[in-house]
Amino acid sequence: MSSPVERPEAAATLADQGTEGGNLLTVRGLKVHYPIRKGLVFDRTVGHVQAVDGVDLDVPRGQTYGLVGESGCGKSTLGRALLQLEDATAGSVDFDGTELTKLSGERLRVLRRRMQMVFQDPMASLDPRQSVQSLLIEPLRVHGLAPADVEEFGPDSPSSHLAKAAAMLEVVGLPRASLAKYPHEFSGGQRQRIGIARAMILNPDLVIADEPVSALDVSVQAQVINLLEHLQDLFGLTYVVIAHDLAVVRHISDRIGVMYLGHIVEEADADTLYAEPMHPYTLALMSAIPVPDPVLEDSRERVLLAGDLPSPANPPAGCRFHTRCPFVQDDCRTVVPELRVLGPRKVACHHAEEIHQQAAVTVIDGTD
Amino acid sequence: MNAPQSSSDPLLSIRNLDVTFGRGDKETRAVDGVSYDVPAGTIVGVVGESGSGKSVTSLAVMGLLPQRGCRTSGEILFDGVNLLGRSDAEMSRIRGKEIAMVFQDPMSSLNPVVPVGTQVTEVLRTHEKVSAAEARDRAGDLLKRCGIPDPLRRLKEYPHQLSGGMRQRAMIAIALACKPRLLICDEPTTALDVTIQAQVLELLAELVSDLGTAMIMITHDLGVVAGLCDHVNVMYAGRIVESAPRRELFANPQHRYTQGLLHSIPRLDHPRGAPLQPIPGTPRDTVAWDKACAFAPRCRYVTEECVTPEIDLDELSAGHQVRCVHPATRAETIADGSAATAQEATA
Repeated sequence: MSSPVERPEAAATLADQGTEGGNLLTVRGLKVHYPIRKGLVFDRTVGHVQAVDGVDLDVPRGQTYGLVGESGCGKSTLGRALLQLEDATAGSVDFDGTELTKLSGERLRVLRRRMQMVFQDPMASLDPRQSVQSLLIEPLRVHGLAPADVEEFGPDSPSSHLAKAAAMLEVVGLPRASLAKYPHEFSGGQRQRIGIARAMILNPDLVIADEPVSALDVSVQAQVINLLEHLQDLFGLTYVVIAHDLAVVRHISDRIGVMYLGHIVEEADADTLYAEPMHPYTLALMSAIPVPDPVLEDSRERVLLAGDLPSPANPPAGCRFHTRCPFVQDDCRTVVPELRVLGPRKVACHHAEEIHQQAAVTVIDGTD
Repeated sequence: MNAPQSSSDPLLSIRNLDVTFGRGDKETRAVDGVSYDVPAGTIVGVVGESGSGKSVTSLAVMGLLPQRGCRTSGEILFDGVNLLGRSDAEMSRIRGKEIAMVFQDPMSSLNPVVPVGTQVTEVLRTHEKVSAAEARDRAGDLLKRCGIPDPLRRLKEYPHQLSGGMRQRAMIAIALACKPRLLICDEPTTALDVTIQAQVLELLAELVSDLGTAMIMITHDLGVVAGLCDHVNVMYAGRIVESAPRRELFANPQHRYTQGLLHSIPRLDHPRGAPLQPIPGTPRDTVAWDKACAFAPRCRYVTEECVTPEIDLDELSAGHQVRCVHPATRAETIADGSAATAQEATA
């Protein structure tokens, strides 16, 4: 574990940069609720699944924001809502000075060129009947980019669709010969490269990657992570990376938000979060990850959580985590904790300080 | 089983197991001369990526490979008796009773139209002479033991009414119902969230040590192996490439593939910012073992000597075997290890 001493200053400067001017994406009070309908003849709404329930995000330009959480915590819904692929129930999404939730139709479509998505399963997100060439050129056609066509300028003209596609393939590390092939002819890692090329070919500002490596073999994951980092340096991209694997998120992100049942429960820069987790859920999440070091594994103390994630249709009152929290106290059951600033981080827990003191002891016991 | 077991023999002994699918040009050798032992009461980990043959080996032990289009040879000695070539009826008496299995995805391995309780009592009633009422009581106890709250209500529910973690607990309850002597877990926690994974692994470790059951843990996650197993086999392209006791393997990985795996994953116990060193290529880029080392096309340390047919699994030190022409020297791994420790110390 890294030293907790020098980190807070680094984080403070980081937070200072994250003022309005430097943010590419600013989200305030974003909610996505899905209605639960019942009845065959008369469609009645009997409740709401509160997938995302009041999230604030600031994503500085050129940085990577990581979202972690378990399945059902709303991290994917949040990612989709940022791109307006899901309708927001309430709240605002400000992308480079434009309010997205009020846009529709053509104006939104034009902006979409600058916001792209990389999906988890490239087998499901690439049309199996389209060749790679067609897959890569489609986004250019849709957005009317590179109107200079092959017939007019020949296939070797740098402005033709084809030349762009071939150049992009080279950037993601696939041979030009791949253009004529179909998705099933590639391995999982190569398919993910095609998915990434498809997102990058529009030269976007913001890329949202939803579980970009979790479907890949262990030895291939690192290749794709390195590629994403390389592309960020090359094109100056801003990333929002959504993943359940904390080790991957820690590696790639500058700032990380931990989600639980539609809320962000802790947010900090990567080093602070992993050196000093303050929210009991972050603590549990971190201690649950198996580490490939037997000596450490044998001596480690785990914060084991009881039970499963409660239903987001009927979230617990008070702190949403109280049903599984090992440190629960009376006020947790009734009072909703605010996401408050605590040093270099934000944390939504009434008793974060006391828990941290108890936990610090365990962490030291665990590593020495 | 009728053959008595001498005290020194392992509970399960796989000897030169070959599994081949297809014929002629389309022949694929999924498992290629695999041998390993599982002594009674121990946990053996099998680590590998997709296509390494780790699951096919365990299906062969269970007698669950298809009878058509698939050829097996070698020996699978369970308690000294060969399981290969046994009839379906004989295997049915062993499966669930002596050897049980937990699969990766409990949603597709539980029957969706049968209540959970019936699926647990079915195993008990098949293998033991118990009354329906007694079986139900025992099923309730089993679910409770596997950490399912309110087990009597859960017995009447269907798999879709249970969460993923609960379904996997129910699978474990079914597998352990007849107190098998060997439990095979094929990626039991891959479909689960990390906090649930921690619960299930803790439960498995506890139950296995309580019942004295031996276990084969098949996984791609080196972290799971590090915390749980006594001995680890690393498989690549159908063969075991490295086999060592747990601590020895992680402290002193000798095969370039094992090393590559350990260097290519982002790790919480290492300082942030260290660049990842991926293994180039994909698990599909292999050559046949009878021509050269199958890992050679992806190996950083490849030389002409690697194009040697039939590289042996050499014993480097007690219990530590490696199939590599240029295994890492002890000095290298120690330098590697001390560098990591030094980094940790300064951090």
